[in-house]
Amino acid sequence: MSSKIVIDPITRIEGHLRVETEVADGQVIKAWSTGTLFRGIEPILKNRDPRDAWMITQRVCGVCTYVHGITSIRAVENSIDSFFTVPENARIIRNLLGGAQFVHDHIVHFYALHLLDWVDVTRAIAATDMDAVVTADQAISSSRTRDAAFFADVKQRLSDIAGSGQLGPLANGYWGHSGYTNLSPELSLIMMADYLDALRIQTRIIKIHALLGGKNPHPQSMLIGGVSLDLAMDESQWSALYSDLNNLCYEAKTFVDTFYLPDVAVIASAYPEYRAIGGTDNLLCFGGVADLSSAGDLMFPRGAIFNRATGSVQAVNEAAITEHVARSWYAGSAALNPASGATAPSYTGLDLDEKYSWLKAPRYNGQPMEVGPLARVMVAYGLGAVPAITQLVGDFLANTGMALSDMYSTIGRTAARAIETKFIIDSMYADWVNELMNRINPQFTTDTVGRVGFTLPPQPTCSGSFLTEAPRGALGHWVSYSSGGGNPQIVNYQMVVPSTWNFGPRDLSDVAGPVEQALIGTPVVNQQQPLEVLRTVHSFDPCIACAVH
Amino acid sequence: MHEDNRGEADLDFAPPRKGISRRDFLKYCGLVAAALGLDATFIPRIAQAWGGTRPPIIWLQFAECTGCTESFLRSTNPFLDDIIFGAASLEYHETLMAPSGQNATQNLLNAAANYRGQFICICEGAIPTADNGVYGMIGGKTMLQIAKDICPKAKAVISFGACASFGGVAAANGNLTGARGVHKALGGYPTINIPGCPPNPITLVATLTTYLLNGSFPPLDGYGRPLFAYGTTNHENCERKLSCSAKCLYYYGCRGRTTYNNCSLVKFNNIVNTPGSPDGCWPVQVNAPCYGCSEPRFWDRSNFFLYNGHYINACEPVGP
Repeated sequence: MSSKIVIDPITRIEGHLRVETEVADGQVIKAWSTGTLFRGIEPILKNRDPRDAWMITQRVCGVCTYVHGITSIRAVENSIDSFFTVPENARIIRNLLGGAQFVHDHIVHFYALHLLDWVDVTRAIAATDMDAVVTADQAISSSRTRDAAFFADVKQRLSDIAGSGQLGPLANGYWGHSGYTNLSPELSLIMMADYLDALRIQTRIIKIHALLGGKNPHPQSMLIGGVSLDLAMDESQWSALYSDLNNLCYEAKTFVDTFYLPDVAVIASAYPEYRAIGGTDNLLCFGGVADLSSAGDLMFPRGAIFNRATGSVQAVNEAAITEHVARSWYAGSAALNPASGATAPSYTGLDLDEKYSWLKAPRYNGQPMEVGPLARVMVAYGLGAVPAITQLVGDFLANTGMALSDMYSTIGRTAARAIETKFIIDSMYADWVNELMNRINPQFTTDTVGRVGFTLPPQPTCSGSFLTEAPRGALGHWVSYSSGGGNPQIVNYQMVVPSTWNFGPRDLSDVAGPVEQALIGTPVVNQQQPLEVLRTVHSFDPCIACAVH
Repeated sequence: MHEDNRGEADLDFAPPRKGISRRDFLKYCGLVAAALGLDATFIPRIAQAWGGTRPPIIWLQFAECTGCTESFLRSTNPFLDDIIFGAASLEYHETLMAPSGQNATQNLLNAAANYRGQFICICEGAIPTADNGVYGMIGGKTMLQIAKDICPKAKAVISFGACASFGGVAAANGNLTGARGVHKALGGYPTINIPGCPPNPITLVATLTTYLLNGSFPPLDGYGRPLFAYGTTNHENCERKLSCSAKCLYYYGCRGRTTYNNCSLVKFNNIVNTPGSPDGCWPVQVNAPCYGCSEPRFWDRSNFFLYNGHYINACEPVGP
């Protein structure tokens, strides 16, 4: 006997997602992931000037907003790359904007979008001994200095909300579910305090985007050929910018060290059963987050892992990427490489045996691939090429008693996100800010070049692509345009986006997508409250606005 | 370099210990008053308004990128947690709410029924209208149907962002989904429009504040935009207009002269409390022209940064 569970909408995500599972003997035996919104950004890009495309593609996602802008710019730059080299200053500013995006996104994800899967607010209110809470808090990190009065205040706030009859965003959660009892009331209260703190701290971290991009979301300082900022500064402007960037990175680093990474370790330790479920078999990383030098050294190396063979990372070949639409609401059935991809919507109704999603189904070498923090971290670990990652993974496994193979799981994915956040903010604070500020320090240098002029090439058609990493995983943009007559126009624009990889449906061969596979074997104790399904779905940090675009 | 004191000097950061202090809160209310063009005598009234009743808010997400929600998340005057758990009650918001699926939908139906005629409905994103709205579905219903069901039950509908206000990027040329702003998708249904891509959260907070203070919403212009925020152009208050030495970006494609918004006045991301920093940020500060995102159909008006037939190239001087 099997039964179906439909979760629609999946909330605490970006965009619109429906997940259906078939459950038998208390376990998920089949799953279907459905993107329920199509905006048609790719068709909207047609006939526009490719130099404007980044403005539109940035609107693919208002969460990791910067990434789709810069990826578009670099795809167009790649189409004309023999004409100029992007200045070093622009490279570093782009790294800082990109790094801030990752740190901000991951913190918002863990606290605002994922934590309530692990923490029951009603258990937090049940904590009575505030001294015990303080002891537990300092056991998580000795750098924490919060006292009993602080936690009593948090408890009071939560009690007031609960008692007001207006629970707002907390109303009607799966509170009281037996799956929450792993976490003591004391730890639950600590986590709720951190949830509230994180809502404020995220407003500060992203000020790096305001300083270097004019605003967030949708920073605006990007340009083909560099960045728009005027880097010719006098001493006082330079000091002010240095002080701001330095302080903001220090604050973010302090939060990651004192709260984010230790809190993830708490969850990993409290829920050991999630080390064995929610994993996938194949991981793909396009490499990036930052370009460490103009020679093309990437912060996270490129690579693919098949069948959980962490030790044998394979090289990535762009030509091996295809997108299937056999089970998606688009015309056509061929699996196309994005360089010649098509987006022709054709809605036929939700039919799980036929077509059931607005997401296409990307495949690499014909295989579904998980992308994202876990792929980045495991590829880097497998290659052994990034000592800091190897160290951080080793430390996390030691602290939580996990094995390396446990990383292929719901908990491993959540841990990888925190591990890479630490690696990125450490790099920003220790290296990138100084690298930039030393270069443009008016006392020592006159290297204020942040952009170069360019001319479009004379040939009638041009094409370019760029593969990189967004916070949620591997991202590629492909553009082709006609450039005749000085009035260039986009002929085709295709984006293959992280959540398309992770949340795509079945393909032409009826092979399920990564999330659809990851859910199989998940135990569900109460079908009215499918908390276990949500935990794994949220661990992927779904972004369906970007996935469908 | 200041290697020796990195991260120590001028550090105004500490994880917030509890609700913001009274002093901070009044400072934020001061910013809201400034956004509304009110003098300082109104600050205590604003503080009182945000400390009193808890008006219910239903936030609907349609064809969007979640950038407007992200903008709302960046609210610092007051902070988000004080808005959604303190001053107001956010009854439904898919990105922030704890429940999913049936439980989430139940919250929406309960709030719309229990607070009928009282709740404020904030819409984010355009509404796909082609082919009976099949391009956007939530819980088996089209976004168009959800808007038709919920919006008329609200005290007022606020369209937050360019897409909800005027269709935005989803409704730009090439629009296959028939995406439209909420006002138009619902056949001229009256909405308060707070356009922008992103919209400024302080404009939303100030609009809600006006409602809390007066029991009514602020006066609107012909596009349904609150006049306090959209009564003057970005050029009017631009620091480059006001300074003789600064380079006006008009010849780099800047649309500040024809764009009604308060970006140049209240700016974004509340940089004010970072030592040594400028008083808020906006694109002109990083040498980027205003692209006119609070005007209807701005995505289709012309190429961005195209002036007089020249593509503006990395802000190198051209013309006049």
